[in-house]
Amino acid sequence: MVKAIVLSGFGINCEEESAAAYRLAGARADIVHLSDLFAGLASIGDYDIVHIPGGFSFGDDLGSGRVLADMIRYRKTADGSTLLDQLDRFRSEGGFILGICNGFQVLVQAGLLPDVGGKRIQDASLTFNASGRFEDRWVTLAVAQPSRTPFLAGVESLYLPVRHGEGRLVFGDGVSAEALVKEGLAAARYAGADGLPTETYPENPNGSPLGIAALTDGTGRVLGMMPHPEAAIHIAERPDRGLLERQGRSADELTDGFLVFRNIVKEVRGEG
Amino acid sequence: MHSNATGRVLRRSKPGMPDATGERTRLVIGETLSIETGAVRSGKLFTIVVPLGSDEFERFAAAGLCEAPLHEFALEGSSGYSALPGFSRVVVVARHPGVTDDEGFSAQRVLFDLFPDLPRPSGQAVFSQDVFWFENPLTDAEIERISSELLGNPLINRFWHGSSLAGFDYVPDVELPASSAVERIDLDRPMDELVRLSEERLWAFTREEIEAVKAGFADSAEAGLRAAAGLDPMPTDCEIEIIAQTWSEHCKHKEFAAAIDCLDPATGLHRTVDSLFKTFIVGSTTRVRADLEAAGEDWIVKVFSDNAGLVRIDEKRMFAFKVETHNTPSALDPYGGSLTGIVGVNRDPMGTGRGGARLLFNTDVLCFAPPDYSGPLHPGQLHPARIMAGVVKGIEDGGNKSGIPTVNGSVVFDDRYRGKPLVYCGTGAILRSDYPGEPSWEKPVRPGCRIYMAGGRVGRDGIHGATFSSGKLDEKSPRTAVQIGSPITQKLMSDFLERACAEGLVLSCTDDGAGGLSSSIGELARPDNPAQGLGGAVVHLDRVPLKYPGLKPWEIFVSESQERMTLCIEPEKARLLEALAKRFEVEITDIGEFTDTGRLDIRWNGARVAWLGLDFLHEGLPRKHMEAELCWPGASEKAAAERSARGGAAGNLPSARAAGSSVSPSTRLPPDFDWNAALKAVLSRPNVCSKEGIVRRYDHEVKGRTVLKPLSGLSGNAPQDAGVVRVDLEGWGGIAVSNGIAPKYADVDPYASSAGAFDEAVRQIVSVGGELPLLGSGGFWSVNDNFCVPDSAWDPVGNPDGKKKLGALVRMCEALYDASTAYSIPLTSGKDSMKNDFRAGKVKISVPPTVLYSAAAAIADVRKIVTAEFKKPGDIVYLVGKTRDELGFSEFSSGFGLEGGTIPQVRFVEARGTYTKMMKAHRRGYLASSHDCSDGGLAVTLAECCFGGSGAQGPAGSPSRYLGAAIDLDALGLEPGVALFSESHSRFVVSVIPEKTDLFENLMGESAFRLGIVTDAGSLVVEAPAASSGRPPANDAGSGFPSTPGGHGFPPSPLIDIPVSDLVASWKSGPGGASW
Repeated sequence: MVKAIVLSGFGINCEEESAAAYRLAGARADIVHLSDLFAGLASIGDYDIVHIPGGFSFGDDLGSGRVLADMIRYRKTADGSTLLDQLDRFRSEGGFILGICNGFQVLVQAGLLPDVGGKRIQDASLTFNASGRFEDRWVTLAVAQPSRTPFLAGVESLYLPVRHGEGRLVFGDGVSAEALVKEGLAAARYAGADGLPTETYPENPNGSPLGIAALTDGTGRVLGMMPHPEAAIHIAERPDRGLLERQGRSADELTDGFLVFRNIVKEVRGEG
Repeated sequence: MHSNATGRVLRRSKPGMPDATGERTRLVIGETLSIETGAVRSGKLFTIVVPLGSDEFERFAAAGLCEAPLHEFALEGSSGYSALPGFSRVVVVARHPGVTDDEGFSAQRVLFDLFPDLPRPSGQAVFSQDVFWFENPLTDAEIERISSELLGNPLINRFWHGSSLAGFDYVPDVELPASSAVERIDLDRPMDELVRLSEERLWAFTREEIEAVKAGFADSAEAGLRAAAGLDPMPTDCEIEIIAQTWSEHCKHKEFAAAIDCLDPATGLHRTVDSLFKTFIVGSTTRVRADLEAAGEDWIVKVFSDNAGLVRIDEKRMFAFKVETHNTPSALDPYGGSLTGIVGVNRDPMGTGRGGARLLFNTDVLCFAPPDYSGPLHPGQLHPARIMAGVVKGIEDGGNKSGIPTVNGSVVFDDRYRGKPLVYCGTGAILRSDYPGEPSWEKPVRPGCRIYMAGGRVGRDGIHGATFSSGKLDEKSPRTAVQIGSPITQKLMSDFLERACAEGLVLSCTDDGAGGLSSSIGELARPDNPAQGLGGAVVHLDRVPLKYPGLKPWEIFVSESQERMTLCIEPEKARLLEALAKRFEVEITDIGEFTDTGRLDIRWNGARVAWLGLDFLHEGLPRKHMEAELCWPGASEKAAAERSARGGAAGNLPSARAAGSSVSPSTRLPPDFDWNAALKAVLSRPNVCSKEGIVRRYDHEVKGRTVLKPLSGLSGNAPQDAGVVRVDLEGWGGIAVSNGIAPKYADVDPYASSAGAFDEAVRQIVSVGGELPLLGSGGFWSVNDNFCVPDSAWDPVGNPDGKKKLGALVRMCEALYDASTAYSIPLTSGKDSMKNDFRAGKVKISVPPTVLYSAAAAIADVRKIVTAEFKKPGDIVYLVGKTRDELGFSEFSSGFGLEGGTIPQVRFVEARGTYTKMMKAHRRGYLASSHDCSDGGLAVTLAECCFGGSGAQGPAGSPSRYLGAAIDLDALGLEPGVALFSESHSRFVVSVIPEKTDLFENLMGESAFRLGIVTDAGSLVVEAPAASSGRPPANDAGSGFPSTPGGHGFPPSPLIDIPVSDLVASWKSGPGGASW
């Protein structure tokens, strides 16, 4: 059985719905408190997928995801390694890592995304929205074609909620939005009503350059995205549910966000 | 001077990187203070008082605090630290000693992750400060204004400014002067002296209470016990402080428990209300509970006796619901006040029963003065715009950071909320029924069990509220008036508590709120019934972990420092509990033990500093007596007046006379009145307009369970009625949440205000598909009542109209009883806040008497709920419920300055009939949409129903993106003003699937009125009713009213024809978003 570890604790908030999404996709999902990983009571090596959910780890103090990323980089687990060492090993051994919202911010802070040089050195950052505000709104994403990450294989667009105050990408030396788009590492971008990527508010809720909403690394096994697929599993969760139901759809039909979880579970099973 | 700081690190964005904080600060200063700052750059300063080598310092800054792509840093003393080229002024916003600084603590955490071998300090060793550079050479006065009005609050922040950072040397460490631990209070003094002492020490005792305290200690049995125990006959300061806390209005609700002599001035007759709480709130719930249980509905589990009300969801789970207010703190520091309000109310369900409930949602209702207020402000008053911005931000952080969705809420504007903003914060949660051992809803406490304090540490926070020591603060004194909550501290604690309770490690628990440990331990130590023993506790205050040294024992015991819970732990489970806490990084401390002595035994380094009998503490409080005048009609008088009106006698409702005139305002409109302009104007009014600017700042879908969000439709513009969440992620059972509030009627008809608010909460739930008790599938309801009223204790000098104010409260409670029993919906918990006035010298601003009803109800299957917006062209539009000429205080009348008119009344029998039919229409699947009518009446409801979006493609703002409706009002047989804008209660606009209209009409009978059809035209079109076209011009028609362009005095046809995109634009043009 495909096994996913869903991290929790220290201000992570979205562990339950994330675990439920993997279960619905046919995987086993264990919600594991980070303290159990540090104490050696659980190990990511026992899993196929590591999921870092959204939330406000350590209240977003020092910048979103910063304190948790520092913990992952510097704090020693029971066997003397850091969690970053373990994640790096996990990735190189073929494991999949998905970070949503705050989880994406942690992956970027820890240098795992976009990781253009492959050296785990932070080369991008997710900073305050251009509006200066946290916002909860639904957005349409245009997925890079063909997808370089199995998480989004065969998906063209996604309708998902964003719920963040710090989702605007900026890049360090040697990395650019244009290059990431060109190489397909900009895995999904905010799209306007015409379906094309946009930098215009509110379709692009944070002012991210070229509308970049999600990044994958060169292996395609690590994906980070600001929008929340785990909150868009059924039609019932969509703001346009009433319209769809009147058109004959059922509230418990699966919808866009589920595709991300279904894809990765299939990929692990070798059905991708 | 502050040589204990080992150094500072400055962090800011690299040149060329975005600085949204700086840019936003520049914009807001320009908009609100009209000061041209030039460019603004923001940064953070970290002050470190741990000894670090220079290499360590640099590594901490570079690797721990900064993100390489985004930030640059400078160490104190280095070249880049002091000045920023091109910027002439720099402001540092620091915190006063003792004020919560989460970011400093987080930086400290990073420091010890980086250097695990550094010696750990006992308290805070890294402090954070915000830094702002300004390009223009602002004057000191401008800087001070910007600092205290925008960048921070002088109550909690300390500001520093200069041309460079070089001179900044502040460290917010606390030093308290040494003083004796315990003081003896001599009660053998003249009463006047004791009254003065009570005022000085902020005990807030009345004369009667002082007598009771004196008598308690003079009692011969008590004196004998004290002598035998070797104690002084006179109490300690700690004992008096405990009594003062326990007997406070906040803890004992003395006014809701008072005996009230009610005079009806119309008849001259007196009657006595023996406690508003017992008579109306407990009284209605007791009756409802009996009715429900007689019918086999036994879902009420626990009401009024715990931190939150409990009702049964199913065999495995219960629903806990609590709504609180945090008004005074929010008036002083809007951000900290509302943040503390939300994280505070979160602890109520967490601490209900044995504890560990999982939080499910938040719901908030906010009452502000209009943000565009331009009149004078009194000393100590903040501008309404600033209060609104701060409160909204506090709720944003409190809810979002805790990972709890805010699923429903409301914002109400009234000028008199300048007296105090009302900040209602509510939380719903799920408590499991299957804990090992005692049932989870009970609160078992056994002698010998350990008392643990969990969560945050204790400082002087909140002692005696805002007024404490305000006169004698120096720069090293901890600021205690207002508190800043710490969501992350609480998140860690709630994760821990949930696990500990689920593993059976916690016998029971309660939260530390008002009164701190003195309340939580005082309540836990006292058994619910005498058969369980005498109760009692020994507490060692010297073991309580402190934020900073120097607190006196009594201060530790009554401190209201946040994010704490008191746990009752069986001794054999203590070791496991401590191990779990260590892993979850939560501080817990064994501070004593529960006993069976019947006494609260408080120790300081072994010596007794308080030794109080629990009976005296909880029962010794003398009963309060109050006087009320009932100047308004109650239910029976209203019914009589209505009967006589129907009989043709000169019987308008008395409330109509009170409103100024019984003549409907609609008769005073010119025939060519411009209804298009009127609708747009009403849509943009503060209490009607879009609150999107606030709503979207709250995460309403974290946890993935929210299946009806506040703004829905493809457009995201359609406002909904109740919020709906799933109970879990496996099944489709859910809970609908709504709020009802109607303060605009309270001055002239408090009964109608309260009844209307209750009805609003109920009809919003009925609208989405909820079912009334006894009539539906037997699901639960849970309602919190929350009264926020002006000072209602009569005083000939200080409060001469106090009797009338208390009379208004009595009427509001009568309506609560009538509504609750009419709908068979129980109250399960609530709160009263009795002193919502601002006083400065001779100025007094009192809030309108306000009651909020927050309702939650079971939804059997959330897949079947119905949303508010129209969905398909061809669906048939109906108005459900009868419209009456009730334009008094309507948004329409107020908007056009039309005085008079009748205030909307709730006819409970008729409403219950309407709701029963609506329930059937839902069950049978007739409804494509349903939206309740409230502020703004039918016209606003119809407009909002068109906001959902059509699903058609097209550029933003194009008409085809919206559906429309073609409406005529003939079926109502009313004047257009009444038909469109009357705010009669218990009504809905629904759209019905065309194939079901016959069935629907048969079911509804006289309760539904066919209005028209949903169209794909993208416009709202309303034809004039046939009856109104021949109406002669009104006498006082003319000036001041909008008239139809080119209308030549004739009624326009159609009355309304507006593109929906224009209606959306009007609706979004009001002051409903916090601008900064």
